[in-house]
Amino acid sequence: MKYRTLYICTALLGFGLVVSCTPIVEEMTEVEKRAADPRNKAYMVGDKASGYVYMTSQTRDMQDDDIANPAFTWVDLAEEKWSKVEGKAGKSCASCHQDVNKAMKGVANKYPQYDPESKKLIALQVKINRERTKRMGAKPWKWESDQMLGMAALVKLQSRGMPVNVKIDGPAKPFFEKGKEFYNQRRGLLDMACANCHVDNAGNMARSNVLSQGMINGFPVYRLKWQKPGSVHRRFIGCNKQVRATPYKRGSEEYTNLELFLMWRASGLNWETPAVRN
Amino acid sequence: MARKPRVKVPSSAKKGDVIQIKTLAPHKMETGQRKNKKGKKIPRFIINKLEVTFNGKPLVTADLHPAISANPYFAFFNRVTESGSFKFVWTDDKGKSITTSKSIKVA
Repeated sequence: MKYRTLYICTALLGFGLVVSCTPIVEEMTEVEKRAADPRNKAYMVGDKASGYVYMTSQTRDMQDDDIANPAFTWVDLAEEKWSKVEGKAGKSCASCHQDVNKAMKGVANKYPQYDPESKKLIALQVKINRERTKRMGAKPWKWESDQMLGMAALVKLQSRGMPVNVKIDGPAKPFFEKGKEFYNQRRGLLDMACANCHVDNAGNMARSNVLSQGMINGFPVYRLKWQKPGSVHRRFIGCNKQVRATPYKRGSEEYTNLELFLMWRASGLNWETPAVRN
Repeated sequence: MARKPRVKVPSSAKKGDVIQIKTLAPHKMETGQRKNKKGKKIPRFIINKLEVTFNGKPLVTADLHPAISANPYFAFFNRVTESGSFKFVWTDDKGKSITTSKSIKVA
């Protein structure tokens, strides 16, 4: 229903009875239109809604077509890298893992994970670099480099369509709790917590953008603002800067713990990597 | 290792069929209006032309301008009558071009 129609009827009593009804037509707000789109049903589970639901239909079109989704040019790059021999050990990713679609299926749900070596959580990017430096004798990739973005997207792509389901018990528990604390902690000049936008105001506008629930089931995400894919830690930096808080570094304990909490928060939604967002 | 263009062409079609061809070219498409952190304008650098030929014959020629955002997507329809190869050439402001081709079997 594109329009809600209100009728205001006025009745004039007096020397006669005059009744006139004036229709007042109210168009649905942009947010209401997007939420009502039947295409969004598969992207909502209970109270949880993927960022997909908050995008315009044109942005969703870009995500739904792998040819139109620019993130795939980075995924293609990573596919080539997968079979490329690099480093002193003379190996490629394929040397140990063989086919990426078999070996990396479900891996998106395994990171961040507790690492007994460093006694804290490690994100997927850290693991990729470990494999490169220790097993391949190759140079590590920078967190936001084309190679790392492509590889992280390629790996998580193998979990696309599977529900987000991450372990928060066992040794990961205290780090999960820290992430949860971070999410609810007010910070910055604007003195706002993640929850203030993504829980209290999801569905409302922040300047010209519709605030989503901040679900991370699509990362690394091709963001129209960045005109390239970006990691979830990059988004955290942006969010912190927006409330005028000093951001942490990519791969920091704070952001890795937060990432685990947010993955738990998105449980039940399907992986959409690489998603397209505004 | 540079990113490569993505092209979707059906592998086969019947003679007289109308097929849809989709293309995606990897490019920053720098408009020339943005400024760097020091306040200096980042020079314009875009793909300014896309030429599609079929079996050597020109099919589609598109002039691209700075308003087109990064990683330009271009899709079009074509009525196929014979088997052959589509060739896609994207040319940028510096005169460099990236090329790819896809073949189709038309019965």
